[in-house]
Amino acid sequence: MVTWTDISGIKQKIAESSAEEVTASYLEKIGKSCINGFVRTWDRALEVAKAIDAGDQEGPLAGVPIAIKDNISTTGLSTTCSSKILQGYVPPYDAHVIGKLRDAGAVILGKTNMDEFAMGTSTESSYYGATLNPWDTDRVPGGSSGGSAAVVAAGEAPVSLGSDTGGSVRCPAAFCGVVGLKPTYGCISRYGLISYANSLEQIGPLATCVADIAALMDVIAGHDHRDSTSINRENNYSEALKDDVNGLKIGVPEEYFGEGIDEGVEKAVWDAIGKYEDMGASWKKISMPHTKYALASYYIIAMSEASSNLARFDGTRYGFRADGDNWHVMASNTRAEGFGDEVKRRILLGTYALSAGYHDRYYLKALKVRTLVKQDFDRALSEVDVLMGPTMPTPAFKIGEKIDDPLSLYLADVNTVPVNLAGVPSISVPCGFSEGMPVGLQIIGKHFDENTIIRAAYSFEQNTAHHTRRPREVV
Amino acid sequence: MITKEEVEHVGWLARIRIDETKSDAYAGKLNSVLDYFGQLDKVDTEDVPPTYHVMDIVNVFRKDEVTESMPQDAVLSNTEYRKEGNFKTPKII
Repeated sequence: MVTWTDISGIKQKIAESSAEEVTASYLEKIGKSCINGFVRTWDRALEVAKAIDAGDQEGPLAGVPIAIKDNISTTGLSTTCSSKILQGYVPPYDAHVIGKLRDAGAVILGKTNMDEFAMGTSTESSYYGATLNPWDTDRVPGGSSGGSAAVVAAGEAPVSLGSDTGGSVRCPAAFCGVVGLKPTYGCISRYGLISYANSLEQIGPLATCVADIAALMDVIAGHDHRDSTSINRENNYSEALKDDVNGLKIGVPEEYFGEGIDEGVEKAVWDAIGKYEDMGASWKKISMPHTKYALASYYIIAMSEASSNLARFDGTRYGFRADGDNWHVMASNTRAEGFGDEVKRRILLGTYALSAGYHDRYYLKALKVRTLVKQDFDRALSEVDVLMGPTMPTPAFKIGEKIDDPLSLYLADVNTVPVNLAGVPSISVPCGFSEGMPVGLQIIGKHFDENTIIRAAYSFEQNTAHHTRRPREVV
Repeated sequence: MITKEEVEHVGWLARIRIDETKSDAYAGKLNSVLDYFGQLDKVDTEDVPPTYHVMDIVNVFRKDEVTESMPQDAVLSNTEYRKEGNFKTPKII
């Protein structure tokens, strides 16, 4: 059985031994792992841990090891979005969240595997190969932050950061049986997060328990002038860790239990909602009629933004460069050889959706549908405090099962993408098992009301035992 | 329907070389996704404004003050293609 140690357990271990020993034990475990969760470890991790032991630095996360998704910039530690096109790129600056983590004394263990440029639901499109799900190594860990979820589930890091554009923190959290939060858009600075779809994405924490999610949010959230979409708003997330859902009003969107939902997932989620009722909350079914159009809207917007954001990868300033007689040929060759198939497909579709003659039909239409999806959330969340449903309609699928059919992979995101279109916060917590694989309960809240969903998730955790089950050791 | 020729044209717009032998395969996969996108045609969006951004913030300014920039060496540190403090590329025009 894998040992999961939360932040308070790590602090106790550091007190009994040292930050250096704790970091060394994680690095040793990572070295023996077969799940391909890390794409590289940091050669200075032990040095940082030693400095903590020497008392050079204090902070709320002093000596706590953390894994970072490979699209979050880390000075001196290569950051590649798990793509060939960024091979060898070493950021000359830290992402805002990395600066915050370093100031808090966290020890960065390394970078975690992901779908190339965060475009995927399975972590199979990485240049470094697929990450395996620790619960069943024939299955995907979810994506795109599959590495960040798998290493936490496998006990190779106590906590990690991912990014969530259409479910990329919540999906792997659900598939790997850990907790993952997608904060309100604007809550965490995106400075230094390598952009895929900038109007949709947020950095989010993953952990084995809700308390650790709150502890990380207390460190990484907050205003940053370098991200013009960052909102200036103070909050204390750990204050929300209360075992109390008495009077909480839950809405259950019937559209989240649509065609193709796995029976075991459905049962686990309804059992969870029943548990909330036992705990003093009330629930009612509600309808969010535009949910069925959210996927198409999301993918058009995400691909359109991607076609613009990824224009910078042209072989001129960093990363891989192919040959070519002039700049245009060099750039075209670099991008043809440097990007994987799914990234190229999304850039091509995004370029097409934005091109003359198609802009209004695809891009503008998608933005209008986005308004309707957002209005569904505004209406629903004016009647209830939170929304609950399955994070993913099925448990983790087999490696190779969907990768050749892009559309079938997109359909798996049906319950997660509406949240990003609306910009509201959402947390996935373990709520049971189907086919021996973990199931995630998604709890969605109002804009900037992370504390209500954290309280709801924490209360569930205090009154159930799903989160105490562990995968076997994967070495 | 996106045609093989359109795939090659979009590939040029996006500066992604598409091998002629692969443009049919691309067209097939792109068309299955575009078919799916077509379902939005059914949604009535008359008088619905577009949402570019979920937060109600506009015109985020900062003071017009000179601040420290990243050193030139750091900016150039990720490529071997550089000359006299500049990035070096093949000719553009």
